[in-house]
Amino acid sequence: MSKTAMFSNHKYIAFETIVIKEVRRFSRIWLQTLVPPVITIGLYFVIFGNLVGRRIGNMGGYDYMDFIVPGLIMMSVIQNSYSNVVSSFFSHKFQRSIEELLVSPVPNYIILLGFIVGGMARGLAVGGIVTAVAILFGGLTIESPLITLSVILLTSTVFSMAGFINAIFANSFDDISIIPTFVLTPLIYLGGVFYSIQLLPPFWQTVSGLNPIFYMVNTFRYGILGSSDVDVYWAFIILSVLIAVLFTACIWLLRNGRGLRS
Amino acid sequence: MTVAIAITELRKTYANGFEALKGISLEVEQGDFFALLGPNGAGKSTTIGVISTLVNKTGGSVEVFGRNVDTHIFETKLDFGVVPQEVNFSQFERVKDIVLTQAGYYGLPRALANKRCEKYLRKLGLWEKRNDQSRSLSGGMKRRLMIARALIHEPRLLILDEPTAGVDIELRRSMWEFLTEINESGTTIILTTHYLEEAEQLCRNIAIIDKGRIVENTSMKQLLSELDSQVYIIDTSNDLTGKFEQIAGTEYELTGVTYQPVDEHCIEVTITAGVQLNSVFKIMEALDVKVLAMRNKSNRLEQLFISKLSQNQ
Repeated sequence: MSKTAMFSNHKYIAFETIVIKEVRRFSRIWLQTLVPPVITIGLYFVIFGNLVGRRIGNMGGYDYMDFIVPGLIMMSVIQNSYSNVVSSFFSHKFQRSIEELLVSPVPNYIILLGFIVGGMARGLAVGGIVTAVAILFGGLTIESPLITLSVILLTSTVFSMAGFINAIFANSFDDISIIPTFVLTPLIYLGGVFYSIQLLPPFWQTVSGLNPIFYMVNTFRYGILGSSDVDVYWAFIILSVLIAVLFTACIWLLRNGRGLRS
Repeated sequence: MTVAIAITELRKTYANGFEALKGISLEVEQGDFFALLGPNGAGKSTTIGVISTLVNKTGGSVEVFGRNVDTHIFETKLDFGVVPQEVNFSQFERVKDIVLTQAGYYGLPRALANKRCEKYLRKLGLWEKRNDQSRSLSGGMKRRLMIARALIHEPRLLILDEPTAGVDIELRRSMWEFLTEINESGTTIILTTHYLEEAEQLCRNIAIIDKGRIVENTSMKQLLSELDSQVYIIDTSNDLTGKFEQIAGTEYELTGVTYQPVDEHCIEVTITAGVQLNSVFKIMEALDVKVLAMRNKSNRLEQLFISKLSQNQ
């Protein structure tokens, strides 16, 4: 086997190893990782979808339950992709097991891709279970499977990388909960999960347009329901730009050893 | 002879301004068992950190088997394995998974990784614990697990940062045997340790580092030959009261040998380099003293180590 071939194979094995390790990690603690979001989202379905939703009636031309389902699925994907990478990578730092990776001949981009795919795996696993719960509550028809799938993959990629950056800068377990609590959750709730932007005054419609999660939620809703408050092309442009910027930032941080090498 | 590792003018200044390495240069030949000694904060772990790329150097270069670590990062990393001072694996993973994951990072196919995992876990007495969570292991087992992990890709160079710290004597000796065995099979070993007896027992060459500078770099034999005297404690079955105080000026007096009673059955004998131990035993025999046991008062290397450090003050 040539050296080039050996290295190319080595990279694949290393990538596969990181992904398996990540999936094994969140599967081992499934009671902490997979069950709670499903219970939370299930309660949203019961309370907002069925109980409150009946009184609300239509939203954006759809039954309220149907309207919130895409947003709730997207919310679970965003939160779980992010929290998987931030908690896993920070735990590696905290226990110093990250040194196993840094000493080994694994290129930085493989380390990053491994954690991204690990985060996506959890985001999609939880998103999948939430979708199954949504089907139990009243069925789900997907208008555009391609848009639905692509937006959910790109969104989980973005938030996996965001979680990675948070973990690099974090020095304590408090630091990994600050961003999800004070930034991510408000952005998700104000991102049109529970309401249509049309209900807002023009000023707040403009402000909502600055929230990238608003585009992701609405594009996902477009994929499922076939209607959206935003132009889906904008959403894909925003997602692509975010991925490019975050990927570059992650690689730069890894190369410089910020928070990892002294 | 191939050089396993060549360190040239290595410098490291930390962000707080602390200058941990002040331009150290060092060469370790392939197949060597090399000791890097020094007091706490001397720069040993920083040196290992730079070699293993966990510490960013400020200046200088490191070559592993002729390849620069900066320009051939992936190839050089395949050539060495590192056993750090502190436990650095996930406490929640199984023993087997920790070793297999490391194998994956080095690109070992699954079948080969399983084979080697069994080989090294058996050799290090951890095979029975393979399915246990690593946090349930004892301190000594955790250290052995880190050695198994570092060997999984069978590196040509193994770097151990105080591998036997806090390990009981029995286990330490079994680790010495294991390290000697892998060194004899061709693996170059660099060892940092606080146990000078360990360095003397295992290593052929030695460097002493202090305050970021190499203060000695020579063979163990050469270093030990610098000792000008050795002190032995001799246990006897006789009552020695007054026996050795009266030999001055008699036929039993030996030039270069002095005696200092410890208690009535035990005596401390200082022997200058060049005097044969046989002649001391002859005197003992002539005085009808029955020797039960003899040991070095202090580790020989320890005397030299302290002397080299005091010269560097």
